[in-house]
Amino acid sequence: MGRITLDKVTKRFGEVEVIPPLDLTIEDGEFVVFVGPSGCGKSTLLRLIAGLEDVSGGQIRIDGTDATAVPPAKRGLAMVFQSYALYPHMSVRKNIAFPLRMAGLSQAEQDRKVEAAAEVLNLTPYLDRRPGQLSGGQRQRVAIGRAIVREPAAFLFDEPLSNLDAALRVGMRLEISELHNRLKTTMVYVTHDQVEAMTMADKIVVLQAGRVEQVGSPLELYRAPRNRFVAGFIGSPRMNFIEGAEAAAHGAHAIGIRPEHIAVSTTEGAWRGRVGVSEHLGSDTFFHVTGTGLADAITVRAGGEVDLHHGDAVFLTPEADKIHRFDREGARIA
Amino acid sequence: MARAVTPRRKALTTAAAWTVGVLIFFPILWIVILSFKSEGDAIRTPIEVLTSAWTAESYATVQERSDYFKHFLNSVTISVGSTLLGLVIAIPAAWSMAFVPGRRTKDVLMWMLSTKMLPPVGVLVPFYLMFRDFGLLDTRSGLVFVLMMINLPIIIWMLYTYFKEIPAEILEAARMDGAGLREEILYVLTPMAVPGIASTVLLNIILAWNEAFWTLNLTAAKAAPLTAFIASYSSPEGLFYAKLSAASTMAIAPILIMGWFSQKQLVRGLTFGAVK
Repeated sequence: MGRITLDKVTKRFGEVEVIPPLDLTIEDGEFVVFVGPSGCGKSTLLRLIAGLEDVSGGQIRIDGTDATAVPPAKRGLAMVFQSYALYPHMSVRKNIAFPLRMAGLSQAEQDRKVEAAAEVLNLTPYLDRRPGQLSGGQRQRVAIGRAIVREPAAFLFDEPLSNLDAALRVGMRLEISELHNRLKTTMVYVTHDQVEAMTMADKIVVLQAGRVEQVGSPLELYRAPRNRFVAGFIGSPRMNFIEGAEAAAHGAHAIGIRPEHIAVSTTEGAWRGRVGVSEHLGSDTFFHVTGTGLADAITVRAGGEVDLHHGDAVFLTPEADKIHRFDREGARIA
Repeated sequence: MARAVTPRRKALTTAAAWTVGVLIFFPILWIVILSFKSEGDAIRTPIEVLTSAWTAESYATVQERSDYFKHFLNSVTISVGSTLLGLVIAIPAAWSMAFVPGRRTKDVLMWMLSTKMLPPVGVLVPFYLMFRDFGLLDTRSGLVFVLMMINLPIIIWMLYTYFKEIPAEILEAARMDGAGLREEILYVLTPMAVPGIASTVLLNIILAWNEAFWTLNLTAAKAAPLTAFIASYSSPEGLFYAKLSAASTMAIAPILIMGWFSQKQLVRGLTFGAVK
């Protein structure tokens, strides 16, 4: 079981309130991702759940019991750190066995569990090496191994992939998702990368300045962002925002349209502009269209082999039912 | 940017380094030379000293007159004992200041260091009286205690510097893995800080070994370490240069040998954190 409830949880560092009173429920077995720009408080929130920071107010409940004052070792949670935080003086085997040793398990029991975890994570050949002799991906797997042997109520991941190169990151992302499918244990995952959030999460919590901006499934956040911040943060490339007369025509202070919801034509369309920088990804092309008079540049996502060049005149047409409207405060207009 | 090293520059720096090295080492060398001279030759001019006959008679006299081995054992007990006792106190103290610093941590560190600025003679009388009242005068346990107190600020400062280099996340990981404070310090922090702890131990043994003020003032015969053994050769009847030198050579030899074999560890420990 791993149901985590935050009730009016607050965190202050001295005079600075980094987390204003916050309520959140993480259901048992859910994969929840905290996402937001750096400094938004997502890591602090995770550390509050872990018990590595003390809350300044409010209550944290794990499976219904108040864990606010329970030390981290006794909360039954496991954490994977950004820097892996392996014990450099211990072999991989001893690293993975450490939580079991702390729990007072017999040597035979420890060996059995370590070997089972190593099997799952393809670490068997490396059990007698030191962390310093492993690659980044292998170290991360050791850190995950150390977390899973404890059979925790929930896993906490603090930006676990940000020290890996791009190719490895995609691989580890799949491994973690696969692990979640197999274990069905609650996972709380912190990242600043919205792609990680979108691809892994059952539920995304978007944070800004310690406040929850929106909670929902990846597609809910994509389809119906509650405000301009969420709209701009979720989706890649970023949503285009247009203010002024064009927005007023839609009865809004600002409208937002995603790059993939704009049609490009060389002959006719709603908005006229010129092709600026184009980014060819093979499968897609992102055109940055300038001179529309609506915004500095409008990003458009087109097919992989569209034949347009720098300076070409183009027409853009947004899909009418995909236009998001926002009021002066940035809140969504339904 | 790397500076160009011309042969001329290299020769100059080598010469300068040798000069400084010889200057620092010369007094020790001279003591060793004097210790192998007769009492009469030892007080002649340097040239005459170097050209006079060599003899080991001073060593024989010193060995005859006093029990070197007893003093040696006292020195070992006092220096090792005070260092280990200091570690037991300093490791938790340095841990708390390095990993859970409060607003006053820097002040506490400075305050501890400031105790080293006090001239020891200023507290000799109260210490002497307390030692007398507790029956600690001329006991090894008393000296272990007082030298531990004298060197504690240095031990804490050194350990604090080493501990600061250890990523806090690793200790947090241990906490998440179910380690209590004791396990965290015993199984994770201490093994990781071994190089730093080792050089702290070495340096403090050397400091305690050479400490003369307290060992001379608080001992008489039973607990007297090698410093007192040397001092006994500077007597009201006069200075006996050759015998004094022989005693000094015997007193510093163990620590010199230890320093020689551990110099790599010492240098590494002392520059830890400074060079990364």
